[in-house]
Amino acid sequence: MMQTFKIFRYNPDEDKNPYYKTYQVDVQEGMTVLDVLNEIKWKLDGSLTFRRSCRHGICGSCAMTINGLNRLACETQVKALGGGTVEVEPLRHYPVIKDLAVDMEDFYKKYEAVKPYFIAGTSPTDKERYQSIEDRKKIDGSYECILCGACTSSCPSYWANPNFLGPAALLAAYRFVFDSRDEGMGERLPILNSRHGLWRCHTIFNCTICPKSLNPTWAIGELKKKVISEKY
Amino acid sequence: MVHEHDVVIVGAGIAGLYAALEASRSVDTAVLSKVFPTRSHSISAQGGTAAPLGNMEEDSWEWHLYDTVRGGDYLGDQDAQEILVREAVEVAYELEHMGCPFSRTGEGKIAQREFGGHYSNLGKGPVRRACYAADRTGHAMLHTLYEQCVKKDVRFYTEYFVLALLMENNVCSGVVAWDMRKGGLHIFHAKAVMFATGGYARAWKVNTNALSNTGDGMSIVLQAGLPLEDMEFVQFHPTGLYPSGVLVTEGARGEGGYLVNHEGKRFLEKYAPAKMELSPRDVVSRSIQTEINEGRGIGGKGYVHLDLRHLGRQAIMEKLPQIHELILKFSGIDAVTDFVPILPTSHYAMGGIPTDVNGRVVMDAKNTPVTGFYAAGEGACVSVHGANRLGCNSTMDCAVYGRRTGRAMARFIGEGAEKNTLPKDALERGRTKVEGLLAAKGKESPAAIRDELQQTMMVNCGVFREEKLLKKQLEIIKSLQGRYKEVEVGYKGQRFNTELLDVIELGNMLDFVETIVVGGLARTESRGAHYRTDFPKRDDGSWMKHTLAWKTDSGIKLDYKPVVVTRFQPQERKF
Repeated sequence: MMQTFKIFRYNPDEDKNPYYKTYQVDVQEGMTVLDVLNEIKWKLDGSLTFRRSCRHGICGSCAMTINGLNRLACETQVKALGGGTVEVEPLRHYPVIKDLAVDMEDFYKKYEAVKPYFIAGTSPTDKERYQSIEDRKKIDGSYECILCGACTSSCPSYWANPNFLGPAALLAAYRFVFDSRDEGMGERLPILNSRHGLWRCHTIFNCTICPKSLNPTWAIGELKKKVISEKY
Repeated sequence: MVHEHDVVIVGAGIAGLYAALEASRSVDTAVLSKVFPTRSHSISAQGGTAAPLGNMEEDSWEWHLYDTVRGGDYLGDQDAQEILVREAVEVAYELEHMGCPFSRTGEGKIAQREFGGHYSNLGKGPVRRACYAADRTGHAMLHTLYEQCVKKDVRFYTEYFVLALLMENNVCSGVVAWDMRKGGLHIFHAKAVMFATGGYARAWKVNTNALSNTGDGMSIVLQAGLPLEDMEFVQFHPTGLYPSGVLVTEGARGEGGYLVNHEGKRFLEKYAPAKMELSPRDVVSRSIQTEINEGRGIGGKGYVHLDLRHLGRQAIMEKLPQIHELILKFSGIDAVTDFVPILPTSHYAMGGIPTDVNGRVVMDAKNTPVTGFYAAGEGACVSVHGANRLGCNSTMDCAVYGRRTGRAMARFIGEGAEKNTLPKDALERGRTKVEGLLAAKGKESPAAIRDELQQTMMVNCGVFREEKLLKKQLEIIKSLQGRYKEVEVGYKGQRFNTELLDVIELGNMLDFVETIVVGGLARTESRGAHYRTDFPKRDDGSWMKHTLAWKTDSGIKLDYKPVVVTRFQPQERKF
């Protein structure tokens, strides 16, 4: 079935302003938005730029705004969008490099700022550190983050204050603060409790747009409780 | 622009990042990658990573070694395989110490599950050897390593595409790369260069691989005049989701999933009665393909069913949550209540850039090393997987040999290695590739060439092979290589020109595939994943040897080198 795709285009080297270009694509059963973008790129217009890699929802390359919502193009079935013109735009709030590819340097900088790595002073040398099944479960819902950037792009607090660490970085912090093996809480909590840290989150829940169904707002709430219980 | 570093690593999957972590402890290390590190294909590994920890029941490295040797149909080098299984234990613990979120046993140890080809007591009972983090093991490992690299301030050049290896007189001095976002050529001048550039299954229509797995590293090595090893050995994973081939982890069978044909029968009892669904991948893939070819696919179509229903909702959601989601999103099927349609799917390169056990690239049958050039991971062939890789041995291969290679490079530099002089035409080697393509005028469509390559590789160079089909495929590849000279890149700009990059990747695919077909034509036997219907038996008298393939002006040149056998003499395999 022929379907219309309205796609955001912008090449700062050539275009004064961004614009939308429409393409007609013959959509077959089972085609995803990434399949459509590939079809456009390979058959209709090679100049279209977008990122892609794993094509099954695990690498995070192809996060973009599809019909107004942040999603991974590779796992969004065209059929599930309910027909009509499909509008494809880059993730909002990040500067556009070209077309659907955005500059995520600031996103990565925020991620790095929370010390998103395991910190432990001592480790047994010849076997694993034991962790109970219950303790291990506490980090379910956080370690699965694929750093696609969809959550931070949809966060009104981040729109209002670009210094805010944002949901992805805070979720990464949660992953370590609540890991029973980690000993870095003393270093991490002051970063989270700082001026542009977790108190800038106004519990709006926009970040639950997460393609992996994670819930950064909830995790931030837990971190807030942690900061309070540790500090006061 | 010229960048100077002690070590330059190309590729940021498990092998590249582990090497970066090790090298950066003592020397200045940079990592180049065409994708952001956590987008590397290691992220897609699902079911587990092999280490004989013995956390669930007794296990030993000798048993793991035996399984790896036999699984690889005796083509693996046993010295390298012994290093893999011995260091696997240390590496699994080290990953845990870095915070890797493995699933746990009731006692709090790293949890382990069954995988095909892994047994106890030298091939007897099953053994739970695959350490796992639900069905996101690759994700857990890759993120853990990336996090540690962030901690150590490893220098990353993200979205740089390597165009050529800088090598003269068997000495490597760096690479030339393209800045994908801004455009422009960059030289990376280093004392040691490592390729951790991954696999190539994108050359087949049905495959498990990322769109970025186009075998670039392998082809750049061929273009530099070096050989590739054992390229004819290409693994088809038994369970790709129909029709796309997206991976459904072997962990699904490890947890007890069955395969059934159109008659509702568990057909593995015909092919591998003792080990059934937990036989090595080559055996299971051929069994499925035979059922399909003989009309017992579901409704006579090109797939069979994977049945997970008896595992129950709770086990599926706890142990296989990601594949449950993936099957639902891509096929609209709920694996808790319905059969999953699956087919064999191109998955893994057993062959690659030949190296010694310290990751040094070697250039001939005498194992003469190239000074300053290293490789590890799927793109390399130290030969631990032989003719067929066991499930969950690849992530561990990347970790063990990535770590060893990082250490070897640090040692090489510690012992006083200096930067070698760059070739005079260093920049030109990249420029000709990029500017040549941008300037080319032609009528051929890159997409049409790629499509024809992928379709024909499925038919002529798949699970089953024979002389007639391989010869036909060689002709097709040569004709596609000819047509490639006539492609035109429509968008000429420098800024994030992914059309240009697609075309370079296609060129790379057209290079390495020739070594697969020529090596496979020459090997008149069946061994591991290389199955010749016209030569169905393994022939140790003639073929117990590794293939080396060079690209020359007159086509692919082959040579052979012996297999290292230490403990286990070749025997017939039965599962």
